[in-house]
Amino acid sequence: MTIGLSHYLTVAAILFTLGIFGIFLNRKNVIVILMSIELMLLAVNINLVAFSAFQGDLVGQVFAMIVLTVAAAEAAIGLAIVVVYFRNRGTIDVAEIDLLKG
Amino acid sequence: MLAAFFFYLFATVCIGAAFMVVAAKNPVHAVLFLILAFFNAAGLFVLLGAEFLAMILVVVYVGAVLVLFLFVVMMLDIDFAELRAGFLRYLPVGAVVGLVLLVELVFILLAWVTAPDIAAQAPTPAAAQMSNTEALGRILYTRYVYLFQAAGLILLVAMVGAIVLTLHHKRYVRRQSIAEQVGRTREDSVELVEVESGRGLT
Repeated sequence: MTIGLSHYLTVAAILFTLGIFGIFLNRKNVIVILMSIELMLLAVNINLVAFSAFQGDLVGQVFAMIVLTVAAAEAAIGLAIVVVYFRNRGTIDVAEIDLLKG
Repeated sequence: MLAAFFFYLFATVCIGAAFMVVAAKNPVHAVLFLILAFFNAAGLFVLLGAEFLAMILVVVYVGAVLVLFLFVVMMLDIDFAELRAGFLRYLPVGAVVGLVLLVELVFILLAWVTAPDIAAQAPTPAAAQMSNTEALGRILYTRYVYLFQAAGLILLVAMVGAIVLTLHHKRYVRRQSIAEQVGRTREDSVELVEVESGRGLT
């Protein structure tokens, strides 16, 4: 039995769904939400690399690298915001983050 | 056969770990499961022939980003049990949204076809001819050099942003002032005193 493109796409689809599921399930915990976003970006990367491999085109891998860069930057900024928010308010409960509501 | 075995191994462990990330009670365990998921995704990348990205995933992602997650989770003194309070309440809606999304993605998978006249932008060279890393470098540093520079700029901005956000000066900590140190004169710092014998300075 050979492993085709659709196998990889299925894995990526399941990972992406799990990421969405995680965002809904852990609505209060920002850190787990950030981790779910990482999972979704990983799923996107698996898609890009799988297409790149099966179409014989390297551009997909270049794009996956850019996605990795953006994901790393997003994680760093997001965690910095979480740390600052925790320092100021003493909680990271998403429901209580309403300073901008006025 | 061996490739199929490893694909199913990596895929199963990856999906199981991803599920545990979402479902784990302890966020430290969640981060560790996320590390496991990324390791297995790197295994999938190796199976696809993208060794460079697999190594990047292990070195940069697991080594830097996820360890950063681990530090933040361990450093913040958060009552995680309280944050899980609504966990079961959100389970149905999360499951419904997830299922709908999965069904949509499966529909896309079933109906998907490649355009017949598609041509590769940068054809992958044969493995015997050139390694994946070299091939990637050859197009990344030539045709996509602006994209590469933009990625570097994004990282720079993110770094500056993270430092600006988290750096804070405590008021009572004495800090070094180079200008003050250099501008010091002998008159400021040395005092000669005639002390009479038998008496101290009062």
